[in-house]
Amino acid sequence: MALAEAGEQADTPTFSVRQLCAWFGDQRVLHGINLGIPRHEATAVIGPSGCGKSTFIRCLNRMHELVPAARVEGQVCLEGVDVYERGIDPVLLRRRVGMVFQKPNPFPSMSVRDNVLAGLRLTGSMPTGRGAREEQIVERALSQAALWDEVKDRLDDPGLGLSGGQQQRLCIARALAVSPDVLLMDEPCSALDPIASAKIEDLIHSLKQSYTIVVVTHSMQQAARVSDRTAFFLAGSLIEFDTTDRIFTSPKDSRTEDYITGKFG
Amino acid sequence: MIKPHTNREYENELKRLRERLLRMAGRVEQMIADSVRALVEQDLQLARRTIEADRFVDRAEVETDELCLVILARRQPVASDLRFITLSLKMVTDLERIGDLAVNICERAIDLGQEPPLKPWVDVPRMAAIAQGMVRDAIDAFVAGDAERAQSVVDRDPSLDELYTRVFRELLAAMLHDGSKVERGIHAQSVAKWLERMGDHATNLAEQVVFMVKGKDIRHVAKPDEV
Amino acid sequence: MHMQRTGVRFGERLFVGLCLLGVSLPLGLLLVLLGALVKAGMARLEGNFLLAYPSRHANLAGILPALVGSLWLISLTALLTLPVGVGAAIYLEEYQRRGRLARWVEINIANLAGVPSVVYGLLGLAVFVRQLGLGRSVLAGAATLALLVLPLVILSAREALRTVPQSLREACHALGATRWQAIGRVVLPMALPGILTGSILALSRAIGETAPLIVVGALTIVTFLPDGIHSPYTALPMQIFAWVSRPQQEFLANAAAGIVVLLTCMLLVNGIAIWLRQRLQVRAG
Repeated sequence: MALAEAGEQADTPTFSVRQLCAWFGDQRVLHGINLGIPRHEATAVIGPSGCGKSTFIRCLNRMHELVPAARVEGQVCLEGVDVYERGIDPVLLRRRVGMVFQKPNPFPSMSVRDNVLAGLRLTGSMPTGRGAREEQIVERALSQAALWDEVKDRLDDPGLGLSGGQQQRLCIARALAVSPDVLLMDEPCSALDPIASAKIEDLIHSLKQSYTIVVVTHSMQQAARVSDRTAFFLAGSLIEFDTTDRIFTSPKDSRTEDYITGKFG
Repeated sequence: MIKPHTNREYENELKRLRERLLRMAGRVEQMIADSVRALVEQDLQLARRTIEADRFVDRAEVETDELCLVILARRQPVASDLRFITLSLKMVTDLERIGDLAVNICERAIDLGQEPPLKPWVDVPRMAAIAQGMVRDAIDAFVAGDAERAQSVVDRDPSLDELYTRVFRELLAAMLHDGSKVERGIHAQSVAKWLERMGDHATNLAEQVVFMVKGKDIRHVAKPDEV
Repeated sequence: MHMQRTGVRFGERLFVGLCLLGVSLPLGLLLVLLGALVKAGMARLEGNFLLAYPSRHANLAGILPALVGSLWLISLTALLTLPVGVGAAIYLEEYQRRGRLARWVEINIANLAGVPSVVYGLLGLAVFVRQLGLGRSVLAGAATLALLVLPLVILSAREALRTVPQSLREACHALGATRWQAIGRVVLPMALPGILTGSILALSRAIGETAPLIVVGALTIVTFLPDGIHSPYTALPMQIFAWVSRPQQEFLANAAAGIVVLLTCMLLVNGIAIWLRQRLQVRAG
């Protein structure tokens, strides 16, 4: 049973978070988070309800500040550049850091094809020379999302006509079509049945090779199955961050131990 | 283990597992003592009763294995629970082997029957006492999560090995000196060997306890050439 | 366990009966009224009624200038109120959702919608007719009606925008769209059926407004068609009012016929609103 050495950080983390604090109005929800998210790996964020894990990933793509009275302090460096610096356009940031939500939200009035292309069309970043290019983009994104075979004959059907699991993969394809560097996933399988969840977990495994993935999940078994590293949050603080193997066989902090063995939360 | 699991059924299952292991260990300890006493006091009735008792130990092994499998399937244990379950599986095997070794000693006792021993049994009972103590302490350490106590068990193994070496040398000398003593000598040597093996099994138990408690594998560390 | 039907659930049936009565009574009255109207105006409901100009002879008087005037009015009102109303709704809903301004406006819009229409007429008279010097033109009339209808347009547009789930806006933002891109390309198209329906319903109310038009100077007897936004005009309600005020009995038939035309117009406009909403909703999934 050879376990990796504890607390090893990757050499060039994609995200370097330093002293990150976040507020909703006067209420502080994140207390000085420090961690490095490694490149081309899947990092899981676990913790009981209200521990701040969703807030945390929304700080990574600056979606937290869209909520009225929300505030952020600290540094979040994407490949060396602090995304909260003056002069950084959050809109451009979000094109590099994509996000998938808990409840699948394909655009209702659009077909499967249009949904995949929506990201590019919305932002006006559709590459010129249409026609064949569009088809290529659609096929590439749907293949990466492991959905191509299931919908290749139904590209013009409405996006909402797919099953829940397929809709979620469609949202993933939509996010991937914009060619981000990082994909954030906020409880992507919560609304899905076990088989659909398993497909998405399998998908995360293949996406790791080209993207950096951060998954928030309330299922510890899912975190154990899917991630290379796991971060445990409790009441807005980062308690432990280590390789998944280590966290689930011999965690260092007794609070981590208590949470993952089901003694609270 | 201060905080109980939120799921009380799970907590009960773990408690049942601990109790089973303790009971099994208690039986095995008793078998060690009884087998050597049967040998020394030439009490053939005791020997036969002890061999019978092994049936319980074998059944306990099967039942405990099943309980562990059920817990693994239903609860998907992690961290300390996972280490506890997987090591329980291994410990049960070691305990069962110790029981089998005690049975061997009893069978030898029956074979030797009323024949006078080669020399007074001094070292063998001493070895038995040490082995019994090692098993007891290993299981106590397991239940209490006491790594130090487990370490002390590991540290006692060399003394058991020394005793065995001394017994072996004495018996060898006696056998070489007088050819008629060979049969009895070989029986006696087997008993000593089995007691030494019991010590090895108890050491296994203790090393596993250290791993469970500390999350650090100390097995095979003292034998670098094997790595 | 006892599961047999114990008998008529009397209280429930009584309640349903009362509700049914509550619906059928006003509808019935309305139908009776309509019937009486049609009977009264039967004599005049013929082709040339719609195409003729007013005249001293009741059986020659037609409704054309009023019809065309109303059409001019509604078109201009729509042009004036829709961009302002929908724009204001977008600003309040998308950019200022929880701001102090939005809350203050929200409180006041409900009040504004309830202000008697004649007050709007007075406002229009003071600002558009006199201050801005537009005189008694179609433009002044349309501007006044636009003010009248504006609170309703803003309210219904905001409601329509609210029906777009927040998760879609989040999806747009997560894809790296600016707020305006999200609104223009996803939110607005989705809310469009609701906005259109609400706006058309608000406008259909304006068709029947009489008091503000009187104050703002719509004419009652007009023998020409409006030739531009600065031209004087009349409208259906004005014409009906004029005929009812005539001493001769024969004009009552014209008035009745005029009311039928007015009601038909309103029903037509509402029907278009409903049809449009159906069409657009089907397309939007």
